[in-house]
Amino acid sequence: MDALNLEGQLTEEEIMIRDSFRDYCQEKLMPRILMANRHEHFHREIVSEMGELGVLGPTIKGYGCAGTSYVAYGLIAREVERVDSGYRSVMSVQSSLVMHPINAYGTDAQKEKYLPRLARGEILGCFGLTEPNHGSDPSGMETKAKYNPSSGTFTISGAKTWITNSPVADVAVVWAKCEDGRVRGFILERGMKGFSTPKIEGKFSLRASATGMILMDEVEVPQENLLPNVSGLAGPFGCLNNARYGIAWGALGAAEFCFHAARQYTLDRIQFGVPLARNQLMQKKMADMLTEITIGLQSCLSLGRLIDEKKAAPEMISMLKRNSCGKALDVARQARDMLGGNGIADEYHIIRHVMNLEAVNTYEGTHDIHALILGRAITGLQSFTVQK
Amino acid sequence: FQVGLLVSVKRFFLFLFEIRVKPDKSGVVTDGVKHSMNPFCEIAVEEAVKLKEKKLIKEVVAVSCGPQQAQETIRTALAMGADRGIHVQVAGKDYENLGPLQVSKIMAALAKKEEAQLVILGKQAIDDDCNQTGQMTAALLDWPQGTFASEVSFEGDKLKVVREIDGGLETITINTPAVVTADLRLNTPRYATLPNIMKAKKKKIAIMKPEDLGVDITSRVEVLRVDEPPQREAGVKVETVQDLVGKLKDSGLV
Repeated sequence: MDALNLEGQLTEEEIMIRDSFRDYCQEKLMPRILMANRHEHFHREIVSEMGELGVLGPTIKGYGCAGTSYVAYGLIAREVERVDSGYRSVMSVQSSLVMHPINAYGTDAQKEKYLPRLARGEILGCFGLTEPNHGSDPSGMETKAKYNPSSGTFTISGAKTWITNSPVADVAVVWAKCEDGRVRGFILERGMKGFSTPKIEGKFSLRASATGMILMDEVEVPQENLLPNVSGLAGPFGCLNNARYGIAWGALGAAEFCFHAARQYTLDRIQFGVPLARNQLMQKKMADMLTEITIGLQSCLSLGRLIDEKKAAPEMISMLKRNSCGKALDVARQARDMLGGNGIADEYHIIRHVMNLEAVNTYEGTHDIHALILGRAITGLQSFTVQK
Repeated sequence: FQVGLLVSVKRFFLFLFEIRVKPDKSGVVTDGVKHSMNPFCEIAVEEAVKLKEKKLIKEVVAVSCGPQQAQETIRTALAMGADRGIHVQVAGKDYENLGPLQVSKIMAALAKKEEAQLVILGKQAIDDDCNQTGQMTAALLDWPQGTFASEVSFEGDKLKVVREIDGGLETITINTPAVVTADLRLNTPRYATLPNIMKAKKKKIAIMKPEDLGVDITSRVEVLRVDEPPQREAGVKVETVQDLVGKLKDSGLV
């Protein structure tokens, strides 16, 4: 249901990319997700499969990456998340939070060493910014990196939490505060002494992806693993903005699934002698859903084109991440309700999207935090802290 | 073994689509319906690309006959790994009347022009289910044919083809140049990867008309009417076996 003819605004290449990847997602990912989510099992193979298709780090030029447009990246995210937000989180982390920082802030040697293998899905990465005591305020992070001139290494200690992929990741891009008070990025590898990644148990969201902590107990990191071309929070935020853009598209993919599922269910289910869809309350809900999804997609397309023209500002990305996630969560909840009792069964999938979108609405900047980002841009006055 | 290969591709509705007959019963509604490559053509392209990857084929050329949109189908073949494309322009009423005879004449002319030694097609298209183009092409070229192929391999300079037939599987050896038509189990077509989709943009598609190949595409067939299958009607329940036999006799079925 393409209410505002999104299709007509895409290039032939973007359509081909979208179609090919949609087929993969529906044929190869959809059959796995029910059990993966039910049993909290992460299919590591999907990373290699996506690598083979060339959809990891798709906007990067060179190093075995496709070098495609940001609009194509968005279309890819939408198709994966149409299946599951957990799968899309895995893809976003690898592409925007691991490959992107190495590509944007790393040395040529680091790029050669890591990017081709990350692109193929041969190795899996994770992004360590959030800490148990510092989520929305990363500037207060307690993870420290101390330089040892005698050995040319950094000693890093601290704990990161809510890290997608960490329990099974081969590399981690970790952000730590150096002695000069500046935050910098380091590439840590599985096997380094003092580096461990316990799994977080009892998650009721993104169950098909593995989430854990990164515990660093005096990990010795060679100075060649420092990302030299950025310092300060601009580093992690650059990555987050890259991922947030993908999420803005992705969340709408999940919303689209829920809308179509609810539509079909209400057409099929007969109560009081007529399909549920014959009722005004149902139709109003679907009208609201389709409106939000359609408008959301148009805004994402505009943003993607602006990013490709290098005319986008971070606040634009905040606006759309916030809008897409908030609206998608509403759509999913409404859809769940329309399915009645069946709506709580994972066989109908909608409840899984409802659970997932709680995390998607929260991570990469909560709904409220993005409101503050916009508020600061609108008024010129920050309202993150109580100080002036 | 350096062989050039032509693969023919056709576009029709995405196979999941619900088909509606036009009100004037002249055909089916095609406007606004999502089209994609005929599934058997996809299998043919996949086989061609696999043979090239095994270095048994030098070059894969994808051919499609039709209006402007046929180029989308050729691009899909290029994204799967074909080297270049040929779009034979046929539009409007001519396209509606384009059938296996006309396409096979075009394919035969192209096979000669390109000096191809292998022509692979899908066994049939899912719109008309004719299952004729491959066979006619072989006849026009006076080439051997391996149809309903579920396995294709080279044995020296001959082609070994395992065919799916009613009785099971039949293995034949044919000389090249030859025509092969792809059946369902020949392979599983790959997903076009992003890098290949982007490379496909740069691959060439030559455009020509049937006249350029000296082919006359007038149809010998006229479609009189297209009807939907009759609506399924309710059955009748009977009480005894005697009633059943009686009803079968009455309707002349027994």
